[in-house]
Amino acid sequence: MTATVYVPRDSAARSVGADEVVAALAAAGPDVRVVRNGSRGLLWLEPLVEVATAAGRVGYGPVAPGDVAGLLAAGLLTGADHPLRLGVVDDLPWLARQHRVTFARMGVTDPLCPEDYVANGGLRGLRRAREMAPAAVVAEVTESGLRGRGGAGFPAGIKWQTVLACLDELKFVCCNADEGDSGTFADRMVMEGDPFMLIEGMAIAAHAVGAGEGYLYIRSEYPDAVATMRAAIGIARDRGWLGDFALHVRVGAGAYICGEETAMLESLEGKRGMVRAKPPIPALEGLFGRPTVVNNVLTLATVPAILADGAAAYRGLGVERSRGTQVFQLGGNIARGGIVETAFGVTLGELVAGYGGGTRTGRPVRAVQVGGPLGAYLPTSMFDLPMDYEAFAAAGAMLGHGGVVVFDDSVDMAAQARFAFEFCAEESCGKCTPCRVGSVRGVEVIDRIRAGEQRDDNLMLLGDLCDLMTDGSLCAMGGLTPMPVRSALTHFTDDFEARTP
Amino acid sequence: MREPELPDGTLGRRRGRRERGAEPASPASRADPAVAGPVRAAVAAHRGERGPLLPILHAVQHELGCVPADAVPVLAEELNLSRAEVHGVLTFYQDFRAEPANRATVRVCRAEACQAVGAEQVYGYARDLAASAPAELTVDQVFCLGNCALGPSAEVNGRLHGRVDPARLRVLLTPAGDTA
Repeated sequence: MTATVYVPRDSAARSVGADEVVAALAAAGPDVRVVRNGSRGLLWLEPLVEVATAAGRVGYGPVAPGDVAGLLAAGLLTGADHPLRLGVVDDLPWLARQHRVTFARMGVTDPLCPEDYVANGGLRGLRRAREMAPAAVVAEVTESGLRGRGGAGFPAGIKWQTVLACLDELKFVCCNADEGDSGTFADRMVMEGDPFMLIEGMAIAAHAVGAGEGYLYIRSEYPDAVATMRAAIGIARDRGWLGDFALHVRVGAGAYICGEETAMLESLEGKRGMVRAKPPIPALEGLFGRPTVVNNVLTLATVPAILADGAAAYRGLGVERSRGTQVFQLGGNIARGGIVETAFGVTLGELVAGYGGGTRTGRPVRAVQVGGPLGAYLPTSMFDLPMDYEAFAAAGAMLGHGGVVVFDDSVDMAAQARFAFEFCAEESCGKCTPCRVGSVRGVEVIDRIRAGEQRDDNLMLLGDLCDLMTDGSLCAMGGLTPMPVRSALTHFTDDFEARTP
Repeated sequence: MREPELPDGTLGRRRGRRERGAEPASPASRADPAVAGPVRAAVAAHRGERGPLLPILHAVQHELGCVPADAVPVLAEELNLSRAEVHGVLTFYQDFRAEPANRATVRVCRAEACQAVGAEQVYGYARDLAASAPAELTVDQVFCLGNCALGPSAEVNGRLHGRVDPARLRVLLTPAGDTA
């Protein structure tokens, strides 16, 4: 009898040896059928090998290539016992406690198998949407409470309504897959692990707003995502899933700023990724000056589930004005890193200490940066903070794209604050002065503070500079760089004392 | 239902451009033919696309290993852009190289999630290696490879690796059959 064994094709799993594990499994001969699934998101267990049994899919991990022979001898193919055996994967508490909506199929299916996709609930949303009038689809998305997952949290339905109301014949749907924030990898996992879901979401958006063309802008640092999406779009086109929607993949070229929506549009037009002033908003004058929906990967990937199961089901999850689920990403110095999709309102502490299990080094957690390089550094005393847009904003922080990066007690927070400016100087598009010049001055001021030079004066100057960048920058790059700096200053003041040589 | 387009594939709404006269020795005609040929081929392959400059630059770099200076006048002529515009785009993006990389390439992630698990040591080690073999190894920094739960991350010759430390990086850079 042939056994089915799953080894993820996700680039995180491949980065720690999944391909070598597959090569080692070949030694088992023709009795093994290897499926390259997406990753379940339990990344500390990668490569996570699963075998189909009558009781369900049994997992083993983390499996090193050298473990494979022993596993086969112990009876891997029948789900037999072994020190690496984890049990039935669906029942693992880490996974069972989550509420997976967007990531429901993640790791379960073969990402490029259209039959698998349809058998696991795929296309239900698109089929229903195409039976509905565009305005009804937009209303459904508005009603679901879905907000942009890219970071700004703008209600998706409102944006769609603006584009739908434009009478232009030519409109665009653009998916922002320039996931440059450190600590975020959910977009990458969607593209590598469930690409048809994103295609379906874009096709629904196109139908809803009356757009004939779509662009998926993927950062060049994600070559596996580019290849998977190109293959999936080809398959979807061949199957007629796209109808007359022309969907193209475009690859970035190593500019963080192109994750800002107007810079991304400039880049798609073949120009330097310089931020545009708003207004006009892209919904009215976007790509090539035409009405354009610009949404993040997770936003568009969540749309099929909303259309399939209705707005009420999605809206029923979450708290206050943060409805539905968020795909949190645990990274950095963390014992159990990966994807936690759960309703908004879970606390930061539950994510870091509960799911994450503290640091990988075993030292105490000192700081957690939420929301990418432009997000705040938070101390463990704020672990009670619920993960929702407004609660974070009230605490001087932001949820951003849901990335959570953990640091242990060896971190130097003044160095992290300095890095925030350094990063801004490196990646600023250069269009506005507060960002272009302020970031460089910020590095210099922090260096003077750390050197003990006119400390009080320079701290005041740093405060002024942060105010100016916040109020005067054209986009979130310069406008939010003060957030990590200020939070580091507020919560970790001691680190800004003069260094004794 | 596409609208009338300019020859560069963009929509007609963009501002008009002056026609360039047929100069006897245009900068494009002086370009190295070994460069001009592949560049014109890349343009031909992407001409039908909207705003095609980035896909063309990627195609040129894929073909030649870099985007040499001689490509600029050819692209400008082919796409009816000024050389300054092409140069501006080319130099804005980190990915495009003016000269080919060395035989071995390493990109070390220096973003926060990898910093938290020791990326700076990996980056420092990689830079030292490159300094000792300047003609063989190209080391670049990169801000996030999307492998934030399994850092430090580095891309070695185009392949992503997780949980990299200096010792592991040395092994990854040792050519097969060269192990002591």
